Amino acid sequence: MRFVDEFRDADKAHALAAKIAALCEPGRQYKLMEVCGGHTHTIYKHGLEDYLPESITLVHGPGCPVCVIPMGRVDDAIHLASRPEVIMTSFGDMMRVPGSNGSFFDAKANGTDIRMVYSPLDSLKIARQNPDRQVVFMAIGFETTAPSTAMTMLRAAAEGLTNFSVFCNHVTIIPAIKAILDSPDLRLDGFIGPGHVSTIIGCRPYEFIARDYGKPVVVAGFEPLDILQSIYMLMLQLSQGRSEVENQYSRVVPWDGNLVALKAIGQTMELRPYFEWRGLGFISHSALKVRETYAAMDAELLFEVPGVRVADPKACQCGEVLKGVLKPWECKVFGTACTPETPIGTCMVSPEGACAAYYNYGRMHRSRVPEVVQLGRRP
Amino acid sequence: MCLGIPGEIVELHPEQPDLAKVNVSGVRRLINIGLLSDDPPKPGEWVLIHVGFALSKIDEAEAAAAMEFLEGIGQAYEDEIAALRDSLIE
Amino acid sequence: MTAGQVDASHRDPPIADREQQVLDRIDRARRRVPRVREERITMSHGSGGKATQTLVEAIFLDAFRNPLLEPLEDSAQLVLGGSRVALTTDSYVVSPLFFPGGCIGDLAVNGTVNDLAVSGVTPLYLSAGFILEEGFPVADLTRVAQSMRDAAAAAGVSVVTGDTKVVQRGKADGCYINTAGVGLNSRGVTLGVATARPGDAIIVSGPIGDHGVTIMLARGELDIEADVVSDTAPLNGLVSALLDAVPDVRAMRDATRGGVATILNEIARAAQAGVLVSEADIPVREEVRGACELLGIDPMYVACEGRLVAVVPGDSADRAVATLRAHPLGSAAAVIGHVTGEQPGIVALKTAFGGTRIVDLLVGDPLPRIC
Repeated sequence: MRFVDEFRDADKAHALAAKIAALCEPGRQYKLMEVCGGHTHTIYKHGLEDYLPESITLVHGPGCPVCVIPMGRVDDAIHLASRPEVIMTSFGDMMRVPGSNGSFFDAKANGTDIRMVYSPLDSLKIARQNPDRQVVFMAIGFETTAPSTAMTMLRAAAEGLTNFSVFCNHVTIIPAIKAILDSPDLRLDGFIGPGHVSTIIGCRPYEFIARDYGKPVVVAGFEPLDILQSIYMLMLQLSQGRSEVENQYSRVVPWDGNLVALKAIGQTMELRPYFEWRGLGFISHSALKVRETYAAMDAELLFEVPGVRVADPKACQCGEVLKGVLKPWECKVFGTACTPETPIGTCMVSPEGACAAYYNYGRMHRSRVPEVVQLGRRP
Repeated sequence: MCLGIPGEIVELHPEQPDLAKVNVSGVRRLINIGLLSDDPPKPGEWVLIHVGFALSKIDEAEAAAAMEFLEGIGQAYEDEIAALRDSLIE
Repeated sequence: MTAGQVDASHRDPPIADREQQVLDRIDRARRRVPRVREERITMSHGSGGKATQTLVEAIFLDAFRNPLLEPLEDSAQLVLGGSRVALTTDSYVVSPLFFPGGCIGDLAVNGTVNDLAVSGVTPLYLSAGFILEEGFPVADLTRVAQSMRDAAAAAGVSVVTGDTKVVQRGKADGCYINTAGVGLNSRGVTLGVATARPGDAIIVSGPIGDHGVTIMLARGELDIEADVVSDTAPLNGLVSALLDAVPDVRAMRDATRGGVATILNEIARAAQAGVLVSEADIPVREEVRGACELLGIDPMYVACEGRLVAVVPGDSADRAVATLRAHPLGSAAAVIGHVTGEQPGIVALKTAFGGTRIVDLLVGDPLPRIC
């Protein structure tokens, strides 16, 4: 597979690993955060940590849009879906996220009409095929996915569809990163920047991290070599005392982002004054809602939504995992009360959740690649 | 959710300018290229696909440059390993 | 600090030890008696993964418990009037009924033949029970029956008894089929994944995931085209050739729902051994890989319908692969890994990239109603 296989080459990995190890200052510990859930997934899926020296710890960040949805919003969505006229459409990732009374999957088993789609455009197809029903699309995701929802809404408007609406839970990445930076619990040395969000917002929005907080940022691709190369670039910056924004994923990410996409978002959505993030609390201007001009497609206006705030279960430590303060296995209920089949929190149930990634891929005795250990020791 | 995959544009839809057929390892799907309306992709070009939409074109020159860097590292690494091996022989 | 002095500061154990403690605690939790937590059946219970396993153990094994059922292999090994026979059953609820490479009828015959074959048994007779939906076209039923006739002929078995029921419109999706099969254990072999031991090689007879991807694409919901066809086929000929050349085969399994990953976990669990496989060695067709990448599914969990996984002693591996490759259904056979003594119960995968990760049983069901 082109543009994939060449970035999974093991030999180049060994070379990069050696270079990374050589840049580690003896006695110093490094903490690098990968913001994006997709990166967490790649790291565990390919066993990337085996290529890093012990002195570098990867801290998993809050960039998993499924993970940050509060239970109350899941309840709202199920409430919507339970209306007999509604067909709820959703990405597969949402199906097992627990609300107070079960997940979409459980609701479906009880007869609620919830259908999995691969693309928001599939919801339009269902709407055209079912003119007597109301099709609601559960819109989730960061800025990567918001343009697709926006384009779908524009298309629905152009076609004059009157039975399609969006339950909007899109969130934005910068406020989450800022919350991490301002968190007293964490001392990070650098950030592996989200790759696909950046195709939309570009690299400029991260400049404040380098400039005001003095932390280097490297926007990274999703293949294992991309991530290793980004770590190398971060370590190089640190060893040279630089803090800049660099773009490792330049084959895909334009520095200025995608203006057409940003325009589409701007046309159909606007920032909410505040939004609750699971584990991170209320963050201002961190989420999107449907614009008034498209009110006819706003599921929250078309249908009554309870909007009840639900506290996370006491045992749940998703918040600390999302902030990178705790590693998955450090959560008290990890693997025992909270497993992929019986998830308590979202980190365990989202395919990009740190706990799910660790449970499904990483739960084993790790052994470092020998060259890393050997070459890392050279002066 | 972050799932984005490279695909090659095979043909543009004859009637709908927003749609194109892509090929991912022999698997073909119609996707929406509306987000690239500023500089629409042509058959033979590669794009990044996410939930049925093309988000960005894959810049072949940048990809080649990235590979060159990685190849360069690979060579330097091999040289270093060779040097290490040689030094052990003494 | 000299020996004999107590370190009053009581430092925490190093991180690696603390992590290992958590992993051990998790292993103990996983070994507890299975219990079905849900009040209602969900689609996961049919996926062939964790939920299915729990359901079978907690409800069915619990209700029917007896030594013949306990091994939970693909078929039961019985002694009838002095002869060793095997009995198996399978139900087929695939949607759509007709797909590239075959139809529900082919699956119904081949699936049951294969469950017998991988036990080292010669499949002989099948029963076929049909549950038909009111309104189902007779022409389609005829097509299905004729496919079954052809599949049975190819496998060398006969359908000797059956049943037909009709339910009202909406109560069945066109046509559901159950087949049971009986065969003779003329070789007198006793195969079973519990006999796998460190050093054994794990072999797969061909590219994985073809059937599951074909069905997924045939459903037409995803607007994806690809030249993939179902791999449904009777494996008794292939198995026979293998057993002739390698009599000390430890076990074979038919890779259906849950895919190769499920079988690897069954091996690790039953043998209480570790399994280490290499991603680079697992054969997958380009198009299957492409479709799986596109949808974010791992081919290791995708169903096959004409592939076997064999566990053989290490030094028989080359002979086994050569024998399989000489047969048309095994031309792409390969060793994908080994049974090890490390991390018992855990399946580890060496990624193409060189790192390692584990391969657990599936939770949930990415591709429902696949067979």
